[in-house]
Amino acid sequence: MMRVWFKSGAPWIWLNAAAVSICLIMVVGVLVLVMVRGVGHFWPGKVAQLIYQEEGEQPQILIGEIVDTTITPALMAKASGFKMTDEEDTLVQYQIKTGNRDVTGADFRWIEERKIKQEKYPAGIIVIERREWGNFYGQLVGIKENNKTIATGEQAWPMVSERINRALSIFKEINRLEKKEIGAINYGLERLRLKQKKLQLENRWNEPAEKQMAAEKAGYEAEYKRHQTQLGELYQKIRRDSLIAKTDSGGEVEVPLAKVVRVYRPNNMSLIDKIGHYGRKAIEFVTDDPREANTEGGIFPAIFGTVLMVIIMAIIVTPFGVIAAVYLREYAKQGFTTRLIRVAVNNLAGVPSIVYGVFGLGFFVYILGGSIDQLFFPEAAPAPVFGTPGLLWASITLALLTLPVVIVSTEEGLARIPSSIREGSLALGATKLETLWRTVLPMASPAMMTGLILAVARAAGEVAPLMLVGVVKLAPTLPLDGNYPFLHLERKFMHLGFHIYDVGFQSPNVEAARPLVYATALLLVIVIVGLNLAAIIIRNNLREKYRALEG
Amino acid sequence: MFYLKFPRLSQTSTLRKQPADIKNAPGAYAKWRLLKDSWARYGVIGGGLAVIVAVVLIFFYLLYVVFPLFIPAAVEPVSQFDVPEKALGKTLLLAIEEQNEVAGRFTDSGQVVFFEAATGKTVSIQAVAIPEDAHIISFAQGSPINEGAVIYGLSDGRAVIVKQQYKITYPDNKRVITPSLEYPLGEQPLILDEAGAALEKIAVQVGEDTTTIVVKTADKIRLTSFEKVQALFAEEASFNRTDSVLDIPAVEVADILIDKEGRKLYLVSSDGQLSFVDISNQGSPAIKQKQNIMETGKTITSTAFLNGDLSLMIGDSTGLVSQWSMVKDGLNRPAMQKIRVFKVSDRPVLAINSEQRRKGFITMDADGYIGIYHSTAERELIKERLSTSLPVAAVISPRANALLVQSENGKMHFWHVENKHPEVSLKSLWQKVWYESYPKPAYIWQSSSASSDFEPKYSLTPLVFGTLKAAFYAMLLAIPLALMGAIYTAYFMAPGMRQYVKPTIELMGALPTVILGFLAGLWLAPFMEKHLSGVFFLLIIVPLGVMLFAFLWQTLPKTIQQKLPEGWDAALLIPVILLSGWFAFAVSVPLEALLFHGTLRDWFKTELGIGYDQRNAMVVGVAMGFAVIPTIFSIAEDAIFSVPKHLTVGSLALGATTWQTVTRVVLFTASPGIFSAIMIGFGRAVGETMIVLMATGNTPVMDLSIFQGLRTLAANIAVEMPETEVNSTHYRVLFLAALVLFMFTFVFNTLAEVIRQRLREKYSSL
Repeated sequence: MMRVWFKSGAPWIWLNAAAVSICLIMVVGVLVLVMVRGVGHFWPGKVAQLIYQEEGEQPQILIGEIVDTTITPALMAKASGFKMTDEEDTLVQYQIKTGNRDVTGADFRWIEERKIKQEKYPAGIIVIERREWGNFYGQLVGIKENNKTIATGEQAWPMVSERINRALSIFKEINRLEKKEIGAINYGLERLRLKQKKLQLENRWNEPAEKQMAAEKAGYEAEYKRHQTQLGELYQKIRRDSLIAKTDSGGEVEVPLAKVVRVYRPNNMSLIDKIGHYGRKAIEFVTDDPREANTEGGIFPAIFGTVLMVIIMAIIVTPFGVIAAVYLREYAKQGFTTRLIRVAVNNLAGVPSIVYGVFGLGFFVYILGGSIDQLFFPEAAPAPVFGTPGLLWASITLALLTLPVVIVSTEEGLARIPSSIREGSLALGATKLETLWRTVLPMASPAMMTGLILAVARAAGEVAPLMLVGVVKLAPTLPLDGNYPFLHLERKFMHLGFHIYDVGFQSPNVEAARPLVYATALLLVIVIVGLNLAAIIIRNNLREKYRALEG
Repeated sequence: MFYLKFPRLSQTSTLRKQPADIKNAPGAYAKWRLLKDSWARYGVIGGGLAVIVAVVLIFFYLLYVVFPLFIPAAVEPVSQFDVPEKALGKTLLLAIEEQNEVAGRFTDSGQVVFFEAATGKTVSIQAVAIPEDAHIISFAQGSPINEGAVIYGLSDGRAVIVKQQYKITYPDNKRVITPSLEYPLGEQPLILDEAGAALEKIAVQVGEDTTTIVVKTADKIRLTSFEKVQALFAEEASFNRTDSVLDIPAVEVADILIDKEGRKLYLVSSDGQLSFVDISNQGSPAIKQKQNIMETGKTITSTAFLNGDLSLMIGDSTGLVSQWSMVKDGLNRPAMQKIRVFKVSDRPVLAINSEQRRKGFITMDADGYIGIYHSTAERELIKERLSTSLPVAAVISPRANALLVQSENGKMHFWHVENKHPEVSLKSLWQKVWYESYPKPAYIWQSSSASSDFEPKYSLTPLVFGTLKAAFYAMLLAIPLALMGAIYTAYFMAPGMRQYVKPTIELMGALPTVILGFLAGLWLAPFMEKHLSGVFFLLIIVPLGVMLFAFLWQTLPKTIQQKLPEGWDAALLIPVILLSGWFAFAVSVPLEALLFHGTLRDWFKTELGIGYDQRNAMVVGVAMGFAVIPTIFSIAEDAIFSVPKHLTVGSLALGATTWQTVTRVVLFTASPGIFSAIMIGFGRAVGETMIVLMATGNTPVMDLSIFQGLRTLAANIAVEMPETEVNSTHYRVLFLAALVLFMFTFVFNTLAEVIRQRLREKYSSL
């Protein structure tokens, strides 16, 4: 019976089916993994207070969030050097996030379950998110104003949130002054310096020019002084309050409110509080700047950089891709040339992306950028303007990389348009261009859209070439701001994909950054899966439409 | 990652002819329309051809950057003039400064003539403070060479150390170089032999704090070192002197060399005896080794350190230059080993001079030839004859871009040298190279280091090996899954399910590789390390589980079997696979403990001697396999799905089972398409960057083990490119790596595309 069954080939068919199932499980598994890990990041986890006793030591109190659990069978645990008694089958270990890096030197700690003597979740435990040194876990002792304690214990808690809001609004104002106002002044001064150098190079540096420049400079400096005094006052104000908290080891720490992002009591939060907290954190994640070497805070500059780069790339790639597709489908005689172009397109699609990066760096940045600098920005030398990796070169490199996607997709759209439509237009006396422009291209526009969406999805996820042509881990300024000429194509920028690589692998504190990387990855996956689904839907609709036309 | 499919509809355009009535219609507007039309035509044609231009441009640009690596070096005579101040004696040494403007001639009368290198015009003549009652017996250039120190050994047992210096000033924005002499140990001659014996041979090493001098008198070899002691408030430093006598017969010693650290001393006798003395403790030098480095009948005619002072270049009377380097032998003892030989000439090698910043050297031989060589690359870069007369002294400039040679007939020749990338040769890129201080020839990629006398190791072989290894393991996972999946999806799956399955798997290809790499590096790698045995059990248990389920299924009554619509088996299998996967991991823990007494990882290490890296080829294989599955799946599925129906129907009608039809008819017909799918997938795997960058340790080792890390060409470019100096050798070698990748994928993609185009034609004719 077995033999007959094997002979029928059925088992092989089942195995083939299993391959499909495994592929599906893998895709869904990866998506679910990213989803589960990414989504959990903002949820305020309970903070435990443990009494923990190492062998032969005094019991100690540990406060922290349990973030990971591992279960090791006794034999393996023994092999890796743990002492195990005979009754124990497994060794359970927890990773707890104890924070307080300024006190203990580390954010995380592995502990063994069997050494925990007591586990409690006291309501009064506070978590302070700080701008430096990561999170703080402990108990609120009191609040100070101008170095005088004004409240202690439970009475202090209501005052904390109110005072933090005050500090936060001052902080926002300081940030605005420093980044925007003073940033604009510095930018203006730099432009003046370059202008002066340019005039000197062109031998037009004379009395009136000098006078005018001095006047402008004086204007900037006066403004700078004004902002400086304003800043001084604000700093005075923000330093007023501070918070006294007790760590798990009993020491008291004073945390100035100027350095606090938020304080909460996770064990005392209702579900609605938690949802609110989650929402605020999620919003902060997509709208805020990163803190602490990218391991905390938001990823707004990375989102912004990715979007801007993709937009510029789309502007470049669409016309080229569409024209090439139109040539292949509408103008060229199907033969050797079109074959050659198809081979070329396939090769463009198949060339490793890092090779585009190398090409972009050598050709666009050093050759094109270098020449542009020589021709148009001699005053900036020796500092390069376009002769260094930047937004423009990254966009062009990716445009080249995604060109095949647009070509193939557009061509498919053009191929689906029934020839009767073209013939009709031509028969009515339209030229070929008019036929194309008025009838064929509008009908193919959803296909172009599909191509563009796929290109955007590809570009948003591509990292390797960008590492060479313009992405940095931390860009001091956005490539689009309020300073003339507003769009700074020569600036370096941040990118979501590179952010994942950099924070996940190059960061000094990988452990602490990991949840943030998962959250970033989730965002990127959502964007890319969304774009791809959109493309698939548009394409399917298109097919339906032409099926109707043909019928 | 994504794949390409050109639309299969191949209708010929009907737009090629102009409507006749427009051409005949008069009027400016019609003309304008026609004009626009023809402009558009040229624009579109240009745009279409631009695609080809782009590919060609990438190729030629990469080639353009790589090309200078393989251009042979060239010399160009700039000028020739009489030896400046000939009356001041014979030349002991020529020197030239960084900018190639001023050169110096050290004469045997104790004078230094500084002159313009290009014209020979004397800049200044400076006399070295040689006491009147003694004369110069020996002379040597100090080590390291770029410090510019020399030593004169005198007839009465004293010696003088002098250092040449070139000060650069910019009066009136013009560069002026002023040469001068300095005495690092004071102008007073140093008494090295109390008895006043003539110093026949001498060598010096001038360091930051210590200066070591070795001299040979008629019967002794003496080692003297001066250690600088900076008293707290004293203006002048004082010196602590250590003296010792070496226990080596002095008679035979022909040449003395001290390395730049002042730790190793080499004594060479002309009949080929090389003694190595450890002088790191100056008070008690220890003779470590004595060996014969010449065959009988040959004599040593010249010696020199290669830059870095790690190897000795020895020229002999038969025109050979051999490189000797300190290598640990089988018993872990250091010994001098001959690591390579250059055939310079048939006549004796008169002199060897090393480059100051690279592992290159110049030779002068008795035939009158000047040669420039590079040791690592084993390249003869230049071989030029001066004129009819023999060269007597030569120097290569610090930047190795100029050469100054004095010939026997009293002429000075100033040459410009164009030799930018001597380090690279086909051998140094692709073959085993014996690097300095290595026990044997090896393939090594190690492109840069902090110190300037580092020997760059540009072997692309380990990188290509790593690339292929990563691709191989990826394909090991991807090919079976993708092809089997494609067969099932295209041929057996119900259309209703296929409609969802295909886009889902293709979506897998749209996932950014940075995310796959990140998961592989931070989640999968630790997971696999912990559950290694589970992974192996998975490979056995899941197929068995599926088979078992299939067998049980067909024994079920028909009524239950028929509840499952045809072509939905894959959906049914999902829980089965999940369950058997869970079972594999669950059962692996006790089994592992039972079978391997601990962890499988330790077992591999202790029993089989296989080390385990957390980020290894297996992790890369899984992650990159995941990334190439959709590519292979999609193209193969297309090829199988478009096998004309009448072929399969015919086969079935003749009585073949469905499985027979699949293997004998469908797969056979679609095989070119499947082949091209595999090739395109392979191309993807070869060029993938982010996954390997994140999922491997990026160690360029050549190890086939699945548990070891690797470094691929693409990851190497990503890691090193941002740090290289533009147009340096390293930069160009990285471009070469990119070119190799480009050509590799070009061949694969072009072949695959041609096969696919053929297949398409075949299908349409069937």
